[in-house]
Amino acid sequence: MRAPDLIRFARDAATGNPLRSSLLVLAMAIGVAAVVVLTALGDGARRYVVNEFSSLGTNLVIVLPGRSQTGGFNPGSAITSTPRDLSIDDAQSLLRASAVRRVAPLTIGTSEISYGGKLREVMVAGTTAQYIDVRTLKLAQGRFLADGDWRRGASEAVIGARIRNEVFGAETALGQLIRIGDRRFRVVGIMASTGQGLGMNTDEVVFVPVSLALAMFNSNTLFRVLVEANNREAIEAAKTQVTEIIKLRHEGEEDVTVITQDAVLATFDKLLGTLTLAVAGIAAISLAVAGILVMNVMLVSVTQRTSEIGLLKALGATGATIRSAFLTEAAMLSLAGAVLGYLLGQAGAALLRQLYPVFPAYPPDWAVLAGLGTALITGILFGVLPARQAARLDPVQSLAKR
Amino acid sequence: MGKALIELSGIERIFYLGDSEVHALRQLELRIDPGEYLAVMGPSGSGKSTLLNLLGLLDHPNEGTYRLEGRDVTTLSPEEQARVRSERIGFVFQSFHLVPRLTAAENIALPMTLAGIDPAQRAVRVKQALKDYGLFDRASHRPNELSGGQRQRVAIARATIMQPAMILADEPTGNLDRATGEEVMRLLEELNSRGVTLIVVTHDTVLGARARRQLLMEDGELIHDSGKK
Ligand SMILES: Nc1ncnc2c1ncn2[C@@H]1O[C@H](COP(=O)(O)OP(=O)(O)OP(=O)(O)O)[C@@H](O)[C@H]1O
Ligand SMILES: [Mg+2]
Repeated sequence: MRAPDLIRFARDAATGNPLRSSLLVLAMAIGVAAVVVLTALGDGARRYVVNEFSSLGTNLVIVLPGRSQTGGFNPGSAITSTPRDLSIDDAQSLLRASAVRRVAPLTIGTSEISYGGKLREVMVAGTTAQYIDVRTLKLAQGRFLADGDWRRGASEAVIGARIRNEVFGAETALGQLIRIGDRRFRVVGIMASTGQGLGMNTDEVVFVPVSLALAMFNSNTLFRVLVEANNREAIEAAKTQVTEIIKLRHEGEEDVTVITQDAVLATFDKLLGTLTLAVAGIAAISLAVAGILVMNVMLVSVTQRTSEIGLLKALGATGATIRSAFLTEAAMLSLAGAVLGYLLGQAGAALLRQLYPVFPAYPPDWAVLAGLGTALITGILFGVLPARQAARLDPVQSLAKR
Repeated sequence: MGKALIELSGIERIFYLGDSEVHALRQLELRIDPGEYLAVMGPSGSGKSTLLNLLGLLDHPNEGTYRLEGRDVTTLSPEEQARVRSERIGFVFQSFHLVPRLTAAENIALPMTLAGIDPAQRAVRVKQALKDYGLFDRASHRPNELSGGQRQRVAIARATIMQPAMILADEPTGNLDRATGEEVMRLLEELNSRGVTLIVVTHDTVLGARARRQLLMEDGELIHDSGKK
């Protein structure tokens, strides 16, 4: 049988039983649509997180005290097990690096804030004036911490939006004196609400000068030093310079970990990429289910068309011809289902983007291709058994069937 | 005596149903020359259809040999047998066996489509067949839009489209009224007059009498052959 005849024959057979065919197409379509939509969700989540983390600040290099395990074996740090403090002076010295634009030291702890008899647990962040620019945060009212000597610092505090609401209520907060731990601070600014983003939430944080915070927590070491490189290209240079400067200050010992935002992002990127892959795998199971449905529907079709198969044999059709006729039909229905599913899936992803504009729900190309490929392969694979069954039918008995 | 079209010798066809055996054909000896016109008659269950299926290579004997045009066809592979059916044998069934979703023209063309004959040649031959069988204005009708007689004419056109050496018809008039049946028989006889071997199974003794040679079967045995000298 010629290929165009085979295709026309299979098409006529498929359209000859619209209910059966549409059921099959629908099953395939749902499978492919699931792959498209779910991977769009997974990949959308990945993009969303990456975007959110980018908004932590731009061109960030982060310095942490202590040597990270992943840095490999270092004989220096093997001898002195306790790392040196990452001090305010260390942080300030980083400003000398040519690739560095801004530096913000950061120390974190919890304490109690009290005002007008009200008491509340808060997160206290000790930092300097640069912090707000490094993190690209916004103020709602007042100003951020004043620029000045990092080792001294005035008794000023900048409070998060939620703390302002809970502690001050309807009162004006700006200019009021509050107590944090056993020190008194004047409120000079209120942060704009950041909401429940993936970036660090400043709504429940109180910012105070870093020197006062270290004194409050009775500590000499910083939690982090945030370094902003001049530009994207300068990130690597900033990283090397920062490492060098600290190493020099710490008697040649590399006892800090310097990570770039890109590295953090890459980790998340990989993690969520894997998640998308897993989701795609789960969706592919629905394709396997569709494949089994293809098989059953085609088996029913073989039974229903037994007498036709007998006739074809009487008219001189070989087993191979009958096999390819049924396989072509299964492949065509699977293809139709895959295309329909692709369109449905893209429509679903578009709807998601419409409903949640911040969520970039675009299915990745590889997932679309894999979905379509799997649909076709399962369709054909599960079509083999029914096709072989049809080809093996006994013509006399088949012709006798009504 | 010239070359035989069909030579059956020692044919046995046994169906096994659980423990019991049904001897559908026993010790069959038969020789049919090209261009003959035979009627196969006999009571129900006597093995007429079984014989026809065997002649059409749709069924295989348990014993004996079947030589078609001098060639032993019982030992051929399924593919080779399909080829013989395609090129040498035309079937006409009692219940027409048209493909319901295909038009009359497409049904007639089906054996050529299956054989991979190119569409241009198919179109020419189908057009001629439609004209020959008075179906020209029914070409694009589907079987359910045709009368019984028209359906059987489509089936006969289909059986002859590959220009076979023989036509095997199993009660071709069984589902038709007498007048239409007559007309169908005339078409088949006309084919025979042009040299095609015609073998018709029938219950109808009047129709059977029109054949030049009658075979009478009973209980799987050939009990009378009018052509045997
Ligand atoms: N597939 C089968 N399995 C078992 N027995 C069968 C089978 N096909 C035919 N037979 C038996 O073989 C015998 C001959 O059957 P066959 O169909 O050839 O009869 P027939 O002469 O054509 O009868 P009818 O005039 O009713 O069509 C019958 O007894 C029938 O029951
Ligand atoms: Mg019969």
